[in-house]
Amino acid sequence: MLRVDRKKCVGCGECEEACAFEAICVKDNVAVVDPNVCTLCGACVDTCPEGALEISSNSGEADADLDLWRGVWVVAECRGRALAPVSLELLTQARGLADRLDTALTAVLMGYEVGSESQRLISYGADRVLLVEHPELAAFIEEVYGNILADLVRKERPEIILAGATAMGRSYIPRVATLLETGLTADCTGLDIREEDRALLQTRPAFGGNLLATIVCPRHRPQMATVRPHVMKVGVPDLGRKGEVISISPKEELLKHRSRVLESVKEQAEGPNLTEAKVIVTAGRGLEAKENLALVRELADLLGGALGATRAVVDAGWVSDRSQIGQTGVTVSPKLYIGCGVSGAIQHIVGMQGAEIIVAINRDAEAPIFNIAHYGVLGDVKEILPLLIQRIKKERG
Amino acid sequence: MNIVVCIKQVPDAQSVHFDTEKGTLVRGEAEAIINPFDLHALEAGIQMRDSYGGEVVVLTMGPPQAEDALREALGLGADRGILLSDRAFAGADTLATTYTLAKAIDRLGPVDLVLCGRQAIDGDTAQVGPGLATRLGIPCVTSVSTLEVLDDRKTMHLRRVCEEGYDLIEVEMPALLTVVASLNTPRLPSLKGKIRARKAEIPVWDAQELGAEPGRVGLVGSPTQVVSTSVPKFEARREMLEGSPEGQVEALVARLKEAGIL
Ligand SMILES: Cc1cc2nc3c(=O)[nH]c(=O)nc-3n(C[C@H](O)[C@H](O)[C@H](O)COP(=O)(O)OP(=O)(O)OC[C@H]3O[C@@H](n4cnc5c(N)ncnc54)[C@H](O)[C@@H]3O)c2cc1C
Ligand SMILES: Cc1cc2nc3c(=O)[nH]c(=O)nc-3n(C[C@H](O)[C@H](O)[C@H](O)COP(=O)(O)OP(=O)(O)OC[C@H]3O[C@@H](n4cnc5c(N)ncnc54)[C@H](O)[C@@H]3O)c2cc1C
Repeated sequence: MLRVDRKKCVGCGECEEACAFEAICVKDNVAVVDPNVCTLCGACVDTCPEGALEISSNSGEADADLDLWRGVWVVAECRGRALAPVSLELLTQARGLADRLDTALTAVLMGYEVGSESQRLISYGADRVLLVEHPELAAFIEEVYGNILADLVRKERPEIILAGATAMGRSYIPRVATLLETGLTADCTGLDIREEDRALLQTRPAFGGNLLATIVCPRHRPQMATVRPHVMKVGVPDLGRKGEVISISPKEELLKHRSRVLESVKEQAEGPNLTEAKVIVTAGRGLEAKENLALVRELADLLGGALGATRAVVDAGWVSDRSQIGQTGVTVSPKLYIGCGVSGAIQHIVGMQGAEIIVAINRDAEAPIFNIAHYGVLGDVKEILPLLIQRIKKERG
Repeated sequence: MNIVVCIKQVPDAQSVHFDTEKGTLVRGEAEAIINPFDLHALEAGIQMRDSYGGEVVVLTMGPPQAEDALREALGLGADRGILLSDRAFAGADTLATTYTLAKAIDRLGPVDLVLCGRQAIDGDTAQVGPGLATRLGIPCVTSVSTLEVLDDRKTMHLRRVCEEGYDLIEVEMPALLTVVASLNTPRLPSLKGKIRARKAEIPVWDAQELGAEPGRVGLVGSPTQVVSTSVPKFEARREMLEGSPEGQVEALVARLKEAGIL
């Protein structure tokens, strides 16, 4: 329930403005909540200058067993036999968390013939590696990966589990959280520890990036989060670092499954993939013709980046929908985003506003993308792109 | 084929605009729509029913006005709609949401296929589909972009989209799929459908009707809690580069060098 303290409320209306759902409004100088509309998101509670709003939950008292859960886990992700970059980002972040909690950091590595990656996990901060190898794990199957991880957690009782918010992580980590009946925070971009109770503070964007929410899981263990790739920094590996590798063979009953991978197809030619790319050059409808896509590709290649697209370009059939950035595509947060003939529709912006530097090339000075661009170039993409490509080539010698 | 499609009513992002003064995104008169991905799930369900018979039941957990979303789905061709609504459901995280949805699906009897959107555009977690499948004890395939039912009508071949391409997956039914937009193009409502939808009776199931344990729904049944929220600020970043095309390119290269990118 969202409660309004009528003694404190002065009817200023800040809450009304903060509410995305029109669930609260000021009537007769006091805020009134429509409980049927209120989602208990808490946006109003934070904006109230009088501290008159409170969300109360009547959920039970603290679980006495919380202290039985110790240690931080990172679920490593392998694509084939190689670690995904997000795993190293997670280890770096998790090392810091484990140090603050004065506890050990464990990496869980599942797959087939992936053991050679164990030392890499240790060099990036793991104290030990739980290595689960089996031919059945060569291809990713939600049920099997989920069952094995849940089984390990029940035995070992870590207090925190982090996994990448990748296609793989987002598909089976919810299974694990459900099997364990615990909380899972999705797609985090920030993690911190609340020292007084060892709680993991998990910050994530919601409503397409319009709101940042900090979430805790106070009475359940483990505290689980998926973390958005490419947001956390990767540390420097310590190649001499020592750690323990514990090999585990999964019980047969955990390997049962009702789906299987018949074939894995790589679609992307070369270069980094969109969610992990440091540079993304995005094609918009302002390119005017499919041929001009070559300019965008060339610039992306030159910068070691990936090609992105707006939905208009995907709908025109110039590129596959895997390149689409935005609300119904992927969310990206590269170091550099260059929009070429992109208008900056809200559904596109929510997918790329996390970029460190946003450059927009557009011939319309009123294009909304200029509102969020760090650097705006006003002109025809067909003219600007060749100039830019030439200039960068010159720079490189 | 008994098909359940889970839909969520969400605020329309179209009504959001950028406030340059404050540097924030502002939500205007938020109109409620069916989550865009869920329209693709519904379309897939309707197509399957039309090919193999059976019925499409649409299910939503939400406040009373979520009934509008169900009526819209009926107008598009769903056979029945059921609203899961109870004040006790408010504030549910994904664990409590999947508990409630699973209770409702159990009550409907045996299903062959449960369809969800890949993610809701407001909560954005993409956790409801996989969590619900776990509760129902059926396999889950996420981010499905193509779908084919084999002749035995018990097996499906699907494409699951991932970072580097796609996996071709074989799955036994009953199963739960979460779908992406490229799966199909949702149809528009027919006049006949709209009339039927207007007249349709939409049962409302509350916690008691579902036989749900009070401690497992809504805010009370949610392990995660939102402790604070903020609206992300955009720095005053706007710098329009000046001069001729060459001059602007020169200036841009200088900025990118400064930032250590070139
Ligand atoms: C439910 C829903 C979900 C959506 N999801 C997404 C999503 O995930 N991602 C997404 O991108 N969109 C999405 N959209 C679509 C979105 O609303 C826009 O239509 C789309 O992003 C526009 O793409 P665009 O910028 O390429 O094209 P346009 O909006 O047509 O913009 C083209 C721009 O190019 C400029 N231009 C034209 N010619 C030139 C030239 N020669 N040189 C320089 N500039 C030029 C124009 O000034 C204009 O600003 C969604 C829409 C809806 C309703
Ligand atoms: C700011 C904020 C942050 C949040 N963060 C988290 C979090 O990190 N972890 C967490 O567990 N919860 C979180 N929640 C709660 C979460 O939004 C709700 O549990 C919501 O009911 C379902 O999650 P979703 O919107 O992310 O749906 P998704 O999991 O993204 O939805 C996927 C699909 O599931 C189906 N579906 C989803 N909701 C319903 C419904 N109500 N009825 C029928 N079908 C449905 C639809 O087919 C939809 O396309 C958050 C809520 C807020 C307000």
